[in-house]
Amino acid sequence: MTSRRQQRAFLTCSRSRKKSRVAQLGNMAASVRLLVRGLAHRSVTSAAAGGSCRSGGCLAPSSSRCISDAAEDRSTHFGFETVPEAEKAKRVYKVFENVAQKYDVMNDAMSLGVHRLWKDMLLHVMHPQPGARLLDVAGGTGDISFRFLNYVRYQQERQTRRAAGSVQTPSWQDISDKYPAEEDRPQESRAVVCDINKEMLKVGKQRADAMGITSGLSWVVGDAEELPFDDDQFDIYTVAFGIRNVTHVDQALQEALRVLKPGGRFMCLEFSKVTNPILASLYDAYSFQVIPVLGEVIAGDWKSYQYLVESIRKFPDQEEFKGMIEDAGFCCVQYFNFTGGVVALHSGFKL
Amino acid sequence: MWHRLSNPFIWLNQRQSSLASKGLKALTSAHLLHASGAEPSCSYDGGLYPGHIQTTPFQKALLAVGSGVAALQDPYRHDMVAVLGETTGHLALINLRDRMQNDPEGYTILTERPRIRLSTLDLEKMASLPDGSFGREYLRFLEENKVTPDSRAEVKFVDDEELAYIMLRYREVHDLLHTLLGMPTNMLGEVAVKWFEAAQTGLPMCALGAVLGPLRLNASRLQTLVTSLGPWALQNGSRARCVLSIFYERRWEQSLEELRRELNIEPPPVIPSASKKTGA
Repeated sequence: MTSRRQQRAFLTCSRSRKKSRVAQLGNMAASVRLLVRGLAHRSVTSAAAGGSCRSGGCLAPSSSRCISDAAEDRSTHFGFETVPEAEKAKRVYKVFENVAQKYDVMNDAMSLGVHRLWKDMLLHVMHPQPGARLLDVAGGTGDISFRFLNYVRYQQERQTRRAAGSVQTPSWQDISDKYPAEEDRPQESRAVVCDINKEMLKVGKQRADAMGITSGLSWVVGDAEELPFDDDQFDIYTVAFGIRNVTHVDQALQEALRVLKPGGRFMCLEFSKVTNPILASLYDAYSFQVIPVLGEVIAGDWKSYQYLVESIRKFPDQEEFKGMIEDAGFCCVQYFNFTGGVVALHSGFKL
Repeated sequence: MWHRLSNPFIWLNQRQSSLASKGLKALTSAHLLHASGAEPSCSYDGGLYPGHIQTTPFQKALLAVGSGVAALQDPYRHDMVAVLGETTGHLALINLRDRMQNDPEGYTILTERPRIRLSTLDLEKMASLPDGSFGREYLRFLEENKVTPDSRAEVKFVDDEELAYIMLRYREVHDLLHTLLGMPTNMLGEVAVKWFEAAQTGLPMCALGAVLGPLRLNASRLQTLVTSLGPWALQNGSRARCVLSIFYERRWEQSLEELRRELNIEPPPVIPSASKKTGA
């Protein structure tokens, strides 16, 4: 914990001279960090347990449980249930494996189509330019990535139209000058959809094929807590309605910081706390009474949708999550509320 | 049975959640159910039996409507038909339970709780039984129509453990009814069995299926249904002994004819061919 506080002291925006230190910290590979953390924990527990511990970096016996924090003993929430941390990822995987086929239909039914507006707003705030590289984590069925590709293509077309329109009557010299420029196109925008669940990616790929998207999109299986990408790779990192299913949200945020280029933007769309009490009670009633019923009728799966609405309640609220993003090292963190706080868009920059 | 004392507690929670602001109370009651893990009644993940999901009356109503619509749109969604049966069949199940308790064999079933699954059936022994015996005919029915006794959906929304078992027994007995009545699993056969079940059990889901099923039949099959099969099914349904009260698992060797006589069921007037055409 002390190391984290030290990190936070380093990472305040006003100290620009610490930029190199920030970059160094950010550039540590995730696996190395995890290893270091694991060893530090082990050494703390074995030191604290004293003579009762066998030699070497063994785990403390269960009697000194208060000091030991091995992953098997720690527990976390799965909806309103408490489960061991190691189990949560498996159960979340199972949930999304079950709902993958009907995921998009259910989204439309549960939100009455409003989720499309939320995702459109995300793109509007993001305002990507042609040539941007996007990493869509927990991207599953590809909603954000499809919108991203459409958006940059539209921007590209606007730019070319504007460029063509500015020269009304080109001379032969102008036209011949343009030919190499057209071949030497700016770097094509690329979107990478990363998800831990193969079923969701499968559904996403089918949708991409149906829409006829052939280039600029790749599908990668990966864990948000340990991304299979090098440092400083992406201009934009998005996670839409996925981060609340991650076991260690802080690790996911640190990974986001690592894979973003300096100047890159982190954007997270997630269900959040509704402030207005009347709206809140209506929303709660709708969530707990109607949504599992919809899940049973449309997808044949009550329990998965019960988990989904419970997991929304367990996720931190707007301010707390903003604090977590700042802790991870992002700057200029802000959030926008949609639909009265039902959904919040958090945004931060890596500097 | 031993948890009947705590049933009022669960009902109270559910009434609370429907009377007050539904969502928040549901939250608190869900918390209570999860927090009170020592409660013997909530030992299956918050339910009374494996697979049980607690629901408020509002949710049951919504489920009934939703599952009805879904089942009508896609009749192959057996899980929706099952949910419709569970959410609408409370009174009929209580009636069935009373009938079973008053019958000595039915009472045995309620205490012993037999299950009809492939794992509990001795298929080789049943295949070696003589033709005309109940077990052999049942096996022939399974093979001809290519069905398995394991394909029944589990019970989820019945809030009493014994009634849930009766619902499950009703589903498992459905195939045996096909054998008893001599009906194949095509649309006409299924509708005939539904008419029989509606007359026997009074479950609203059966009645709904009985009314809406014929809409998908072609003219000739509809005529067969209305003139001969239908009245036969209804008459036999109302006068037959309660089919859930029979301990089928101990009667495989019994001859089919004798079993029909015992149950007060006449043989069918006409046997529709076992083709899979819906005739719609």
